[in-house]
Amino acid sequence: MDFNDTKDEAKFRDEVSSWLSANADKKEHAKDIYRPAEMSGESESGESSALKDAKAWQAKKYDAGWACLHWPKDYGGRDAAPMERVIWGQEESKFKVPGGFFEIGQGMAGPVLMLYATEEQKKRYLPPMAKGEEIWCQLFSEPGAGSDLAGIKTKAELDGDTWTINGQKVWTSGAHYSDYGIIVTRSDFSAPKHKGLTYFFLDMKSPGVEVRPIKQITGGANFNEVYFTDVKIPDSQRLGEVGDGWKVSLTTLMNERLAVGDASGVDFQEIFELAKDQDFNGDTAISNGAVREKLADWYCEQSGLKYTKMRNISALSQGSTPGPEASITKIVSANKLQDIANYGMDLMDNASIARDEETAIFQGSLLGAPLIRIAGGTDEVLKNIIAEQVLGMPQDIRVDKNVPFNEIPTGSKN
Amino acid sequence: MNFNFTEDQLLMKEEVKKLLDKENSVKRNRNILEGEEKFDKELWNQLVQMGLTATTIPEEYGGIGMGFLELCVIAEELGRGIAPVPFSSSVYLATTAILNSSNEDVKKEFLPKLASGEIIGTFAHSEKTTFPSESGISVAAKSGKISGKKVAVPDGDIANFALVSATSDKNKIGLYLVDLSADGVEIDSLETFDPSRSHADISFKNTPAQELSTDAWEDIEKLLDQSAVLFAFEQVGGAEAAMNQAKDYAMGRYAFGRAIASFQAIKHKVADMYISLQLARSNCYYGAWALSNDAPELPTAAATARVSATKAFYECSKENIQTHGGMGATWEFDCHLFYRRARLLSSNIGSQGIWKDKLITSLEKSNSPT
Repeated sequence: MDFNDTKDEAKFRDEVSSWLSANADKKEHAKDIYRPAEMSGESESGESSALKDAKAWQAKKYDAGWACLHWPKDYGGRDAAPMERVIWGQEESKFKVPGGFFEIGQGMAGPVLMLYATEEQKKRYLPPMAKGEEIWCQLFSEPGAGSDLAGIKTKAELDGDTWTINGQKVWTSGAHYSDYGIIVTRSDFSAPKHKGLTYFFLDMKSPGVEVRPIKQITGGANFNEVYFTDVKIPDSQRLGEVGDGWKVSLTTLMNERLAVGDASGVDFQEIFELAKDQDFNGDTAISNGAVREKLADWYCEQSGLKYTKMRNISALSQGSTPGPEASITKIVSANKLQDIANYGMDLMDNASIARDEETAIFQGSLLGAPLIRIAGGTDEVLKNIIAEQVLGMPQDIRVDKNVPFNEIPTGSKN
Repeated sequence: MNFNFTEDQLLMKEEVKKLLDKENSVKRNRNILEGEEKFDKELWNQLVQMGLTATTIPEEYGGIGMGFLELCVIAEELGRGIAPVPFSSSVYLATTAILNSSNEDVKKEFLPKLASGEIIGTFAHSEKTTFPSESGISVAAKSGKISGKKVAVPDGDIANFALVSATSDKNKIGLYLVDLSADGVEIDSLETFDPSRSHADISFKNTPAQELSTDAWEDIEKLLDQSAVLFAFEQVGGAEAAMNQAKDYAMGRYAFGRAIASFQAIKHKVADMYISLQLARSNCYYGAWALSNDAPELPTAAATARVSATKAFYECSKENIQTHGGMGATWEFDCHLFYRRARLLSSNIGSQGIWKDKLITSLEKSNSPT
């Protein structure tokens, strides 16, 4: 039992590390993050300058052959083995580099295009996606269909070889800066729920597409509502057969679960440091037994996730398929984030209410955690997946199966 | 990178599982629980014949010279089978303590007999609490004899000898090897919460004791860390068995016209068991790595494995009863055997609160806990 690289892995890690060292700044502390050089002031979060920097970094990686490592070379990748992709990720995380804009395209849209698009389309769209020149978003959820995704109502009608799309999507990350999107629509309202769906990709600059930001409880606006009014999509941009959109969506969602990892924000280290400094009944918080018990619980969760990941990486390194253990990651980390943030503010007492350098990360995590527990599969949906797909327990008995979609009640009735 | 057991180790695990399944270890647990015997001698002899008591003992002392990783996989299967045998006392604790010692005479005398199962050992440490502090040990050693009382010693009425922690002449805590058939030893078997594993109070009155060390507190801490990893694997094995029982029962039990496994209330319960089990298992792997490499991270890794495995076995065993409904709370169903064993293993080498405190203490000592 060991954590050592094989000879080939060590060689690859050296290669990665020396390229990164020559092209980026190494973090001094593990928690260092990239900050854009110029905050242009166009938005509160400095998003546009962050995007500019992220595009420049992605293009640099692409030109040197370090973008989308596991993709085929023909589409902009380097045909890398799964373990090489892991090593790249481990090494890149040691450097202060921008990111956060390309994951949905490269992680979800890319794999679907690779399975369902024509060769010509793949050659046209995948390399710019890998390079970060063109950004993609995913248009799935609707006001009446979140966890129950197959309940979508955005309508697609075919006339000749052109589809017309009408309806509304919601919770679309990055729609406001995306060039293209993947979208699932309903093409047959009289077919049963899962049978009447059809899947496309489209140009987000198409006439009739309107993007409106959603202000979240954090105050930020990373998500959008997207409205479609008589938007035209050529039939050549359909992915999969007409009526087969559910199958295509499942491919995307499987990749989504792989793409969603640990929740970022406060973790054990932050609450541990806080407890060492914080005054608590005339002593430090960490000398209190109740505080120590809480800390121990979170350490065990953090460590459990870390070594679950190691077990998976080990399986890749040994050339076998990782088990389903990592399906616990998002549930555990998002709940841990929320509880640590809340407890940290509790330890800081009334001082936690003011926003300053020390409280900001706890406040931000407390407000951000609820969304993380919901996005990319709610805690409840993920527990169903563990029960059904990992443990083999039966699906819920469903009242909407084999019923024409237009006879099923959907959405909110109050 | 290979953060997993080897194929040979996994094969060994499978062999132990096969034996315990064939011998119906869970049924044997019930027999001991309900009967007069203190442990299952037949099953114990089978484990001995398979060479399991010789696992970590080098060949020069009559063992088979494997390592702690092999012991980890054995422990997991003994936990799955809630085996009614004194394995943890004799192998995780007594054998490891002697292996750790530098006393060559003791090694030569005791290790071959431990390997062959000819003798059984235990570790007599608990007094007022199962995890006394350095100042909380009242058993005293003087001129080669010990006096005082140890409380609720696991397998105290089964073992031939015990390693006893006692205050030495130098006012430090020493470690002494005591023949339990010697003069001045009084053994009182206890009625316990989980009679599938025997416990006894042991009183010593000027009992001859062989000195292993007169300054052994660090050695004892290390022995507890080492055994904590093994106990944690045993707990993970039990937790997984309890989770599977809950799942299997829910798949076959129909109510409201459907398998209760199709209700989210039950699915989420079992998913929660799975989550705590996976966290514990991954922490146990880290513990196994630290144990087998004698790594400086052992105190942190052992406490992490121990705390999460204790939590997992408690959660899985209690929710297993809940999933079974009323029948789960009957004497007839096996659920309570796992529930009892979960509680027992949590106490045997120190409570959850103690191990959580040890974990934070070890993180405070290390500079970069993560």
